[in-house]
Amino acid sequence: MRYLPLTETDRRAMLQAIGVPSIDSLYRDVPAAVRLKAPVELPHHLGELEVEREFQAYAAANLGTSSVPAFLGAGAYRHHIPASVDHLIQRGEFLTSYTPYQPEVSQGTLQYLFEFQTQVALITGMEVANASMYDGASACAEAVAMANRLTGRTKAILSGGLHPHYREICATRARWAGWEAVAAEPDALAREDLAGAIDDKTSCVVVGSPSFFGHLRDYSALANACHAKGALLVVAVTEVVSLGLVKPPGEMGADIVVAEGQSLGIPLSFGGPYLGLFAAREKFVRQMPGRLCGETVDLEGKRGWVLTLSTREQHIRRERATSNICTNSSLCALAFTIHLTLLGEAGFARLAALNHARAVELAERLGAIKGIEVLNQSFFNEFTLKLGKPAAEVVEALAARRILGGVPVSRFYPKAPALADLMLVAASEMNTEAEIAALAAALEEVL
Amino acid sequence: MLKFTKDHEWIRLEADGSATVGITQFAQEQLGDVVYVELPAVGKEVTKGGDAAVVESVKAASEVYAPASGKVAAVNDKLAGEPALVNASPMAAGWFFKLALKDKGELDGLMDEAAYGKFCEGLH
Amino acid sequence: MDRSQDRKGPPAAAGSGTTPPTLSGNRGLMIEEPLIFEQGQEGRTGVDLPPVRPHAERLGAMKRAGRIGLPGLSEPQVVRHFTRLSQKNYGIDSGLYPLGSCTMKHNPRLNEKVARMPGLADLHPLQPVSTVQGALALIDRLAHWLKTLTGMPAVAMSPGAGAHGELCGMLAIRAALEARGDGARRRVLVPESAHGTNPATAAECGFAIDPIPANARGRVDLAAFKAKLGSDVAALMVTNPNTCGLFEPDMLELADALHAGGAYFYCDGANFNAIVGRVRPGDLGIDCMHINLHKTFSTPHGGGGPGSGPVVLSAALAPFAPLPAILHGPEGFRLAEASETAGAGNAPFGRLKGFHGQMGMFIRALAYMMSHGADGLAQVAADAVLNANYLLARLGDVLTPAFAGPCMHEALFDDRFLKESGVTTLDFAKAMIDEGFHPMTMYFPLVVHGALLMEPTETESKEGLDQFIAVVRGLALRAKEPGAAAAFQGAPYFTPRRRLDETAAARHPVLRWRPPTAASEAAE
Repeated sequence: MRYLPLTETDRRAMLQAIGVPSIDSLYRDVPAAVRLKAPVELPHHLGELEVEREFQAYAAANLGTSSVPAFLGAGAYRHHIPASVDHLIQRGEFLTSYTPYQPEVSQGTLQYLFEFQTQVALITGMEVANASMYDGASACAEAVAMANRLTGRTKAILSGGLHPHYREICATRARWAGWEAVAAEPDALAREDLAGAIDDKTSCVVVGSPSFFGHLRDYSALANACHAKGALLVVAVTEVVSLGLVKPPGEMGADIVVAEGQSLGIPLSFGGPYLGLFAAREKFVRQMPGRLCGETVDLEGKRGWVLTLSTREQHIRRERATSNICTNSSLCALAFTIHLTLLGEAGFARLAALNHARAVELAERLGAIKGIEVLNQSFFNEFTLKLGKPAAEVVEALAARRILGGVPVSRFYPKAPALADLMLVAASEMNTEAEIAALAAALEEVL
Repeated sequence: MLKFTKDHEWIRLEADGSATVGITQFAQEQLGDVVYVELPAVGKEVTKGGDAAVVESVKAASEVYAPASGKVAAVNDKLAGEPALVNASPMAAGWFFKLALKDKGELDGLMDEAAYGKFCEGLH
Repeated sequence: MDRSQDRKGPPAAAGSGTTPPTLSGNRGLMIEEPLIFEQGQEGRTGVDLPPVRPHAERLGAMKRAGRIGLPGLSEPQVVRHFTRLSQKNYGIDSGLYPLGSCTMKHNPRLNEKVARMPGLADLHPLQPVSTVQGALALIDRLAHWLKTLTGMPAVAMSPGAGAHGELCGMLAIRAALEARGDGARRRVLVPESAHGTNPATAAECGFAIDPIPANARGRVDLAAFKAKLGSDVAALMVTNPNTCGLFEPDMLELADALHAGGAYFYCDGANFNAIVGRVRPGDLGIDCMHINLHKTFSTPHGGGGPGSGPVVLSAALAPFAPLPAILHGPEGFRLAEASETAGAGNAPFGRLKGFHGQMGMFIRALAYMMSHGADGLAQVAADAVLNANYLLARLGDVLTPAFAGPCMHEALFDDRFLKESGVTTLDFAKAMIDEGFHPMTMYFPLVVHGALLMEPTETESKEGLDQFIAVVRGLALRAKEPGAAAAFQGAPYFTPRRRLDETAAARHPVLRWRPPTAASEAAE
């Protein structure tokens, strides 16, 4: 077996050094009745070539977004990943290291986490950020938990423009932790006004920017309304490229910002692993969940980095920890940081502008089709179409024509007939004019 | 009057009738370099033996319990910027908070300095 | 206040050696590297993007004003920067990484290759289900392997890491109790030796934690456990093999007592590598167990994630598994993303994560499993246990084993061998770094004073272990020599940075770079 270095000779010598006759005698604490006498019923080991063939067969049974025109978003976005990103994250010293418990031999990881934390703070317009979380959606529930700790209250108001998965995760945590999560009606037209719903029991209001339906809204007034009642504003960003062009949550008065960082450097990979970004005001830092990297000096006075403020975390605080989370999403954070470093200020702004331009082009083209209404006045790279028929059927019909045309809203809200005709459509720098033309032509046929 | 708890807090009855609370020399030595102190809000009611504050070193967080019941009358704001005061001067400049006591009688059950000294010797 | 947690900041410089300083501050291959923010120049870029064609902006009044402050670097600068950073890290690829309870085994590159295949890496999670049948079949296949290896009837695939899996398992228990009208059960028994995530998770689920002590043999104290049982007990959380690297011999009795009292048995599967292919946890009577794919099944640790933590479930808990679920239908696989479509009799407790779980990790883990097969996986456990026992046997006379062997896949020592030497477990670990080894886990589990927890894993050769043993033996003997302490306290000497001041970092946190102000620049 290619991954196992011990030979039979080694094993015999080692058993002798230990002073036992067999491997089985090392398992003597295991009740004999539960020690397996024969291998479990699974296939025998395979060589590299055979394993590759197995996975090629799985891949062949899918329709990958790189092989057809694809306009899918709704929380995960297809962007170009520069070649050096994937090369660098596969360096063994990054790929095969663990949490930087020994900072003297982990300065590489720690320094990029410090750079990552700074980048996240800059693009969100916030003061500090942590070293990342599982994904944007689960980070959102952590933000609600943090707001509850900070305010001493337990009622969260979830916007109808917040991504449904983010809403569901918050509701799940609330249900079992005994909090209240008030979910507003899905807000396809951006007409919601939550200011009136905030009371002195509200810990936070959670909104999406852009919203799930693609709308861009200024939440400054909502932030003021929150603060007037002693509540916090949590802003969730599902498309982080938008921050290159759109006003960041920090400038709208957000107290906590969570975001899905997948769009920079991380492949779609059917939904994971992704990258949760988490930023907040500096005065809240001791209630933040997750790992934090901080600057310090070594005993020769040279600048270096360590994990810090660990007393918030489970390995020290146990049942009093700010969160049970142990790991972050470090390798994804590295990919994000490398991609954003390659882009730089100018590249990030240009990438965002390209996305917006493509989406405008798409909206203009599709909006001209009879029977299609674009619901958005404003958007970044994704918007909502109202079709004359159920979007789920339209999407299947497009897939049959080898076009991944959009995401039906009914996939998230199966019991809301009023939303059945709505489809989310996203465009990015990946979509060519020919692809936009192909989608438009196919939609004209299907509708 | 200066009294001590088995959890290594001290409480001193002041001339104005309030009581000042901190952690002992023994406690600060055990903790090592203090990096942060989480103090209660002024006005908070604490009960004898209940959580009142948290003192943190790099790798440990320890609860500080109220030696007696009462209302928090003041906290040592200096600790926010200078947590090292707890190490340098645990019994004076490194105090944690002042209490308006509910019942001075609660102090009677605590150790005096000599008894506490013996108690600590027993821990070595 | 536990003295074992009392780790002081760096001591004063001691024995810093006689190597002359260099002009640059670099030392051969160890090159100083500034932050990206200190290297940026306006007008530089690492990408060439096409021009933006004129378009009528539709941003409302929401256009960003002003600069973000991101630095501009060219591609060669970026490649060199991150290459240099990588060279300041130790990884499994660099050498033995015996970090106990973390299972730092070899990460096969085949896993990386297949995870990047078109048709897998480029799948959007919300494509029509008809276009992702291969992906769903792949997840279903992995689920089959996990169920077979654990002897459990069901598995929830979506948790993003081990701690997330714990959350999943404990919420399934909450939901099951609620469903049978037993929601008042809120006490969870957790051994004192447990990893911190166990009590943190239980607390997050609204449970109260009741610790149970370990016996003198490092196992759950059965009598103490039985004394804690009661009608308000919801569950017991036990790591098996446990955090002391020992198999819990009373698992069946624990399970029987729990079930007789109406409680559930949560098993923390962090140490599954010791028994994979040789013992099925389902045969031990557990109700749920999370599996860290990045430990047992070799998905890369990546500097601290991403992980993946599927949870196997007993028949009693299976109906409460979270969304989404993969179901078999007449026209292939179906994806249940809402309670209404989760299948008859199922009552999911909710959702934990966006989309469907850590697909990229599923692919890597399945590639690892297929590469080993049933035969290879049983050998994995055997060799992992053999390697750990070899360390225990060869080091037992100079270090002090915490408990009598045999151990499972990790060997636990306490710091009695350092008594009177002035050398702490931390100093000892730092001296190992200078010898070219990543240290073992230190000061965990908490039930052992100054713990040193070594997990070599099955992917280390005997020659590699012999080198490691020679170094650890040598250091242990050196530590006992009079006057040796100062040299240990100054270690490491040969790393990109010496010991770092963690106290200063925590007292005045600097968590991000900020541009130097004009005043501070003038002062320099």
